[in-house]
Amino acid sequence: MSSAARKRLVTALLLAPAAVWLFLFLVLPFIAIVVFSLGERAPAGGYQPALTLAQYANLPARAAAFWNTLVLAPAGALACLLIAYPVAYYLAIKVLPQRRLLLVALIIIPFWTSLLIRTYAWMYILGGRGIPAFLELVGLPDVRLINTPGAVLLGIVYGYLPLMILPIYISLERLDRRLLEASADLGATPFSTFFSVTLRLSLPGMMTGFSLVLILLLGEYLIPTLLGGGKVFFIGNALVDLFLQSRNWPFGSAIAVALVGIAVVLLLAANRITARLSGARQVDLL
Amino acid sequence: MAGQQTLDIEFRGVSKRYGDVTAVHPTDFAVPKGAFIALLGPSGCGKTTCLRMIGGFEQPSSGQVLIGGADMADVPPYRRPVNMVFQHYALFPHFDVSANVAYGLRQVRPRLTSSEIARRTADALAMVQLAGFGARKVHELSGGQQQRVALARALVNRPSVLLLDEPLAALDKKLRTDMQIELQNLQRELGITFVLVTHDQEEALSMSDVVCVMNGGRIVQLGAPDEIYDRPADRFVAAFVGKTNFLDGTVLANANGAARLRLSNGMEVSARVSGDVSAGADVAVSLRPEALRLGAPAGGTGLSGIIRNRIFLGSTAEYAIEVPLLGTLLATADHSAAQSDLLRPGDPVAISFNPGAPLAFPASDNKTRQRESSHVQIVS
Repeated sequence: MSSAARKRLVTALLLAPAAVWLFLFLVLPFIAIVVFSLGERAPAGGYQPALTLAQYANLPARAAAFWNTLVLAPAGALACLLIAYPVAYYLAIKVLPQRRLLLVALIIIPFWTSLLIRTYAWMYILGGRGIPAFLELVGLPDVRLINTPGAVLLGIVYGYLPLMILPIYISLERLDRRLLEASADLGATPFSTFFSVTLRLSLPGMMTGFSLVLILLLGEYLIPTLLGGGKVFFIGNALVDLFLQSRNWPFGSAIAVALVGIAVVLLLAANRITARLSGARQVDLL
Repeated sequence: MAGQQTLDIEFRGVSKRYGDVTAVHPTDFAVPKGAFIALLGPSGCGKTTCLRMIGGFEQPSSGQVLIGGADMADVPPYRRPVNMVFQHYALFPHFDVSANVAYGLRQVRPRLTSSEIARRTADALAMVQLAGFGARKVHELSGGQQQRVALARALVNRPSVLLLDEPLAALDKKLRTDMQIELQNLQRELGITFVLVTHDQEEALSMSDVVCVMNGGRIVQLGAPDEIYDRPADRFVAAFVGKTNFLDGTVLANANGAARLRLSNGMEVSARVSGDVSAGADVAVSLRPEALRLGAPAGGTGLSGIIRNRIFLGSTAEYAIEVPLLGTLLATADHSAAQSDLLRPGDPVAISFNPGAPLAFPASDNKTRQRESSHVQIVS
């Protein structure tokens, strides 16, 4: 066997398990979903073959779910980013190296507990017997916290913050400190250095964190269910409703396909922005 | 005549400690305006720490660093009139070449006009022979080109002092020689004070007007390159700067630095002695390879040995010669066909040198010479 053919064989063997897995559990189901989305609901629920775009035309019927998802998911990812950056910066640049490991561990440890349990805890904290009860006790007016967009946003930031901190931390930790010295040497104030060097070079980390959190949030189901009640629902909730309750598989499939489309468009846009900002084209942020 | 104005950099009792480790012992030294000074020493000798204290990246534990007569105690790096060429260059990977060079100009307040920035960036690139490379990305450049970009970036703001931290260490030998010449020319044209940190004695000797040899956090010797080479202050400098042979000897008589010594093979020689040595003291005798003359064996009382190795270097050749009771001596001789026929490994050879060539240092030199500080001043 020639060495080139051998190399190709090794590559193929290395990639085969993942490729088979993805084909069976991602590509095939997605094809099925696309086929379903062009069909009709059978009278008893489920799918009945057809070739129609009626399900897509019906998408506005679920506008509220789209609206909630497309506002709260990016807003949540953005809030995560704004809160995570200073933490990651502190961890990577300011903290004493001997304490760094402990602090990074503290950020990861919450992952050892199920998100379900942690979100339940928030349900109680925000619910009638939580903060509102305390406020009433000290004589402040009753406020409604649970089942509001604010509660969902809070749950999102709480749940996804570590996922945002870690990639930013890694990109800042890898940052060559001599570049910061070079910037200071050339007359840049710490403020200016931060915007022209630090922030710019941590952009890939920021974008990784943002994309990761955004994708997961677009499909989020648990947090809106628990903290949004029936009032603040995401596309994920609509899908559960359509597939499991009303058994309208074709319409659910159309929504799922639309969600994938939206995610792809958002990620392509995010990638373009990162490439533009951290690439050769200089965009002066100052 | 050497007033405050003519000094660009001055260290007054500057020291640096990291915890229990003293990187730089209290040091005084001054660099006159427009000088090209090299801080030379082995790694860990404190030379880079000194450079970083000038740049403002390290704060002295005691003493004052003055630049152009002004105390720099509370002046951050971005307000100092110095610029640095970093080791491995530290170019911004997210900017192209001209954005790297223009970086310093963009920090100037009040802001420069963009045409001014463009003009000065182009000038700086032309100065380092990189005109037309502005749009290239940094990682597309060769090591030598990156070196030039770093130089242009550091010079574009017209600093009064340019700091160079091992700038040529990453370049191959041919490129290094070219850059040495170029740096020397640039320094003369611009009249800016250059402070070069290097562990390469050849680089220090060839480029600078003044060499400051450091060891163990102290300045050991400060002087012109030929002075350092011909009259090293101690055994360390003699060994570190250039190649030399060390022989063991005993002082027979010493009159103001002109001494008679007996070498370990019993031979008596005249030598210059540095430091305080009296008759009977053991000394280390330095004999530079090029001070040794090789000839046909003549018999008699002179020094003679057997050639063991010959290292051909082009215009010269080095010979390792085994001398009974003295060990192996290194000798350099001009290359000529007649001579190379004469001097082959295995051949016996006679060695001679001028009476003043040997240079003797107290044998326990490095231990006895612990001084609190090296008070050396250069005045031009």
